[in-house]
This record gives sequence, C-alpha cells and structure tokens, in this order.
Amino acid sequence: MKTESVLEKVLRSGNFAVTSECGPPRGAVPAKILEKANMLGDYVDAVNVTDNQTAMVRMSSFAASVFLRQAGLHPILQMVTRDRNRLAMQADIIGAYSHGINTMLCLSGDHPKFGDHPMAAAVHDIDSIQFIQMVRKMRDEGKFQGGADIENPPKMFIGAAANPFADPFELRVARLAKKVAAGVDFIQTQCIFNLDKFELWMEGVRKRGLHEKCFILAGVTPIKTVGMARYMKNKVPGMDVPQHIVDRMAATPKEKQADEGITICVEMIQRLRQIEGVAGIHLMAIEWEHKVPEIVQKAGLYPRPKIQ
Amino acid sequence: MTTQEPFEPVIIAFCCHYCAYTAADMAGTRRLCYPANVSIIRVPCSGKVDALHILKAFEKGADGVYVAGCLDGDCHFKNGNHRASRRVAYVQKLLNDIGIGSERLAMFKMSAGMGERFAEVAKEFTETIRALGPTPIRSLHRDAA
Amino acid sequence: MITAERKPIDEIIEYIRPFQKILLVGCNECVTVCSAGGRKEVGILSSMLQMAFLKQGKSLQMLEHTLERQCDPEYVEELVSMIDGVDAVVSMACGCGVQEVARRYRNKPVFPAVNTKFMGASERQGVWAERCAGCGDCLLGITAGICPIARCSKQLMNGPCGGSTNGKCEISPEVDCAWALIWERLKALNLTERYEEIIPAKDWRNGRGAGPRKIVREDLAE
Repeated sequence: MKTESVLEKVLRSGNFAVTSECGPPRGAVPAKILEKANMLGDYVDAVNVTDNQTAMVRMSSFAASVFLRQAGLHPILQMVTRDRNRLAMQADIIGAYSHGINTMLCLSGDHPKFGDHPMAAAVHDIDSIQFIQMVRKMRDEGKFQGGADIENPPKMFIGAAANPFADPFELRVARLAKKVAAGVDFIQTQCIFNLDKFELWMEGVRKRGLHEKCFILAGVTPIKTVGMARYMKNKVPGMDVPQHIVDRMAATPKEKQADEGITICVEMIQRLRQIEGVAGIHLMAIEWEHKVPEIVQKAGLYPRPKIQ
Repeated sequence: MTTQEPFEPVIIAFCCHYCAYTAADMAGTRRLCYPANVSIIRVPCSGKVDALHILKAFEKGADGVYVAGCLDGDCHFKNGNHRASRRVAYVQKLLNDIGIGSERLAMFKMSAGMGERFAEVAKEFTETIRALGPTPIRSLHRDAA
Repeated sequence: MITAERKPIDEIIEYIRPFQKILLVGCNECVTVCSAGGRKEVGILSSMLQMAFLKQGKSLQMLEHTLERQCDPEYVEELVSMIDGVDAVVSMACGCGVQEVARRYRNKPVFPAVNTKFMGASERQGVWAERCAGCGDCLLGITAGICPIARCSKQLMNGPCGGSTNGKCEISPEVDCAWALIWERLKALNLTERYEEIIPAKDWRNGRGAGPRKIVREDLAE
C-alpha cells in the first residue's frame, strides 16, 4: 500500500472498484454537495469532486472535498493545471491531505473558452504529466517540486484521466505509458460508448503491460434522452458515441428514454467487467446522481466491499 | 441668406484599360450619353487601384467613387479584378468606420464591348450619390474653396 | 515577425481629439510585412483621420513619416527635426517602437495606432499565425520543430490533451492541435520513440517568470 486511500485498498485487494463523480455548487451552498454525495452513499468506493469543470467557477474542489471527508465519504480531489501554478497546487495538496483527503486526480482542464470566464488567463505552469511527477515526488521522496523537504509529506493515491477516443488514436496508448512512467497509480477513462474502440485501446494497453502498472477504471455515463446522446456525439470534443446508440435512444418513446439509458449503461458495465485489465468503473451521472445506486445495483456491484 | 445650388455629385471612376475604359470609349463612339459628373481615371488594371487611391479621392471631396474592371475570368492580368473587389469591400468597411458611408463606393464589372453598360452604371451610380447627398466632408472643402 | 492589427479607428480618434498637429510614424519592418503599420498604412490612416475630423468640422495637420525601425534609438532620432512642430505623435509600430519613441520624446504624448499581437509567420498572403512565445529556452529541437508553448492552447509539453479532435484543437476546428502536428513530424523523421520521453516542468525564469528581460552582449555593449 502506498497510501491510506480506500480506493487503493479496494483495488489492491482485487475487488472491482466503483467510483462516481459530483460537481460542487455554483455558490457557497455546502448542503448541495452533501446532498449529492449522500445520494451516492455506500454505493461507491470513492467520489470525484470536480474542479471548475468546463471552466465554470464552482466551489473549489478542495473545499467541497473537505465537506465530503467530514461527512465520512471518500473524495477524490480533482485538480486542473489551468487555474493554479505549482506553488498553489502543492499548497492545496498538503492542505487537502491535512484534512484527510488522500486520493487525487491530476488533469489539464478544459479550455477557459468553454466556461463563464473566457477572458481569464489560463495558468498551465505545468501539464498533467509533470503534475503526476510532482505529486509522486512529494509522496515518495518527501520533497517539493523545487527540491526542499516537506514536513509530513502527503501520501496521495495518484490518478489521471485517459481518453481512448481522442485523436490521434495511435498515440493514446503511448500517452498512458507516459503517465505510468510519470508515476500514476490509477486512471479513469472518458465515458465509453464505442466498445470496439475501447477494446482496441485495451489491447494496446495490455500488450505493454500497462494494466499491471496502474489500475484502469472504465468511464460510463447513463444517457437521459436522445437529445443528450446527439449533443455528446456532435458537440463534445473527445467523445465517441456510435450511431447505433443514438438510434436506439431515438427508437425509444420519450417517457421511456431515461430507463433505456440506464439499461444501456448497465449493459456497458457488464461488458466492461469482462475485459481483461479493467479494474473498475467510473460512473459519471452528472445531475443524475440519484440514479447511481440503481445502476450499481443492477450491474451487480452492490454491496461494496467493506474496507477498514 | 444662402443660395441653394442644386447638388451635382462629383464621381471618380477608376476604369481598367482593357475593359471598362474601352467600354467608356465605346459609349463615346456610339454617342451614348452619361453624366458629366463622372470623371474617369484610366488604370492598367482594376487591381492596380490601391485603398489609398480611393481614400484620397474621398479626402479631396469626391461624393462617390467606383472601380470598374473586367468580368470574372476575363481580367488581362488574371485576377486583378478579384483583388480589386476585395479591396473595394475592405475600403467600404473603412468608410463606414469614419462615417463617410460604404454606399458611396462600389465595384462594377463589364467587358470592353459593353458601352451601354458603362453608360448605365455611370447614370445609376450618379443618381445613387445624388440621393445620398454631398459627402459629409464636402462643406469644408467648399468653404475652403 | 511581430504582428499587429490597426486599432479601431474610434479609439485612435479619441486619443488625438485634443490635438491639432499630429506626427504619424510608420515602421518599415514587421508591421510593414503584416500590412498593419508601414508607409501605405500610414497613408491610409492619415486619410481616414483627416476625413473623420473634417466631418466634425475640424481640419487636422498630419505629418506622415516612416522610419526603417522604431526599436533602435538611431532611427528614432530621425524624428527630432519634426517633433517640435507637432502636438502629439501616433506610432504605427509595435509596442516596442511606440515605447522607444515615447522614451526619446518625453514631452510629447505618444499614442499607439496598432494592437501588437504575437510573434508569428506568414501562412500565406494575408494570413499570419502565432509561432513563438518567447519562452527563453527553445525546445524546438526536441519537438520536431513545432512549438507546444506557442501553438498548444494549453501550452502542454507532454500533449496532446483529451480534447484533440481530427488533428484540431478543442477550442476551434480552425486551430491545429500542436501535438498532432508534432506527432506527424516525429513519424516523418522516424523519431517516434522520442514521444515517450517526458519533458520535465519548465523553468519559467527564462521567460516572463523572472520579470522584464534584458540581453547584454559584453563584447558589444560599452
């Protein structure tokens, strides 16, 4: 064990892990984040707390994670390189660790143009791979990026994102290899609809033994409506939604689409469990958190292992 | 008490030698009438007309300016007329920016044999400018004169 | 070259509104190449300003002059014979030039007529694109000749990110993904194994990080 992270314990004990995600509120309303987290309850091993997702200002991931931790949940602190330099990041990491947060995700972040402050200066002092290196140095060497010693170094379980569906495809395994070389412990992928492409990527991953060097959690998202399917297919960069999924939703009567979306999601999870090298799932049900328990149960993943 | 003189627009027409100017010649040969308001400046190609030439024409008091070149595909210099069109569009924006008005500048295309078209353009554009009134900077020039 | 674009005419008009005699100075280098502030653009702006003020009943006195460069004191000195006769100077040079003129002629208000944009190159006639961010520690030698700092929207040194789509950046289908370009070059040069070498975190002290920069050549500076 490198850390006290519950997620690490679940994964290393050979259990199929389940993580999910919630976005902090667009205001000083802690009750909202707690409400979402409570919906997820004990149906997940750990919960990602997003960091100014899509470049829209929200309560900081750090603050929201502290609330979750205090409520007895296990937050995964997401941090983007877009909004802070390496000083602020390291400060937030030791701050978060001091609050009992021991799992984090190192990301670049969506470009400000997508959010509510397109006029802001993006920082990007370091990129996501240099970020992983930095956190690993803090944990394993007990040193700040600049070289000085850290008092009580943070033992963070280090995660990152992977997108098998972005271009160029031939690079996507090499990119994972880079993150592994940098020191990543676990990966969450972009949500998967194109299973063929995902399996192709996993083949490349297994060939290089990367699935044994880090834990891969496959991303899944339940679709609510055919409109949502079309939007994700056409408007979201790096997302691959095959036409047959859109068609399946379109063929379903409107009032049954939500249920069909859940069914598709559960089927996806069951198929992902069969793929060698997939160590768990990352269930992203943004603004639909109350459906997570149903999905986890239907996929046969409840109850979650009790880890001390 | 000021005397109200009827407004006679001053129009400058940059005409390319190979097409528009020759069309003007043809209009003359065939005794087709066109307004004396139009003063022709012959250029080797409409693409030779620079943004600065057009602006200077307005600065010196022209009420309207047009550039006349060859029909698409006929330019003696291949694509001079295309460049002229783009330049005219660019200067139209500049004229709007300074409140002179893009309607006072136009681009026309015709072939060497289109004497009637030349006369027609000259007439129509003069009327367009007459309706717009004198250039907003005319008064100062008049007073200066 | 350093690229620039002329400021909106209203902004320039407001700068010079209180003045009567204006010296409009162009620059024969970068801003000429990108058609923003050379001799021709000086003529065009001069004519536009004249007309804009004539429309309001005011006649400006515009003196037009174009220097070889405005970023060298020897050239800026050439304006000395013209400066006393004017109330204000409008410079069409990049920010470097405007500042040198302002520095030399401290008693005259000096205004910029262009917005300086970026260091770039011509893609084709009339189109210029950003190429260099002046980071102070050039890594083009290891990124196959394509700069990830200037050309990647997130200045990733170990890209691409997950938003790269069909060789284009997530911010726009008109912007190339710099890392897609780098990858193609690495393939063409048979250097694909270079891709997995992690480029470590940058020392920004070579760039803007350590404050305004200066180069001193000991052999040249007296």
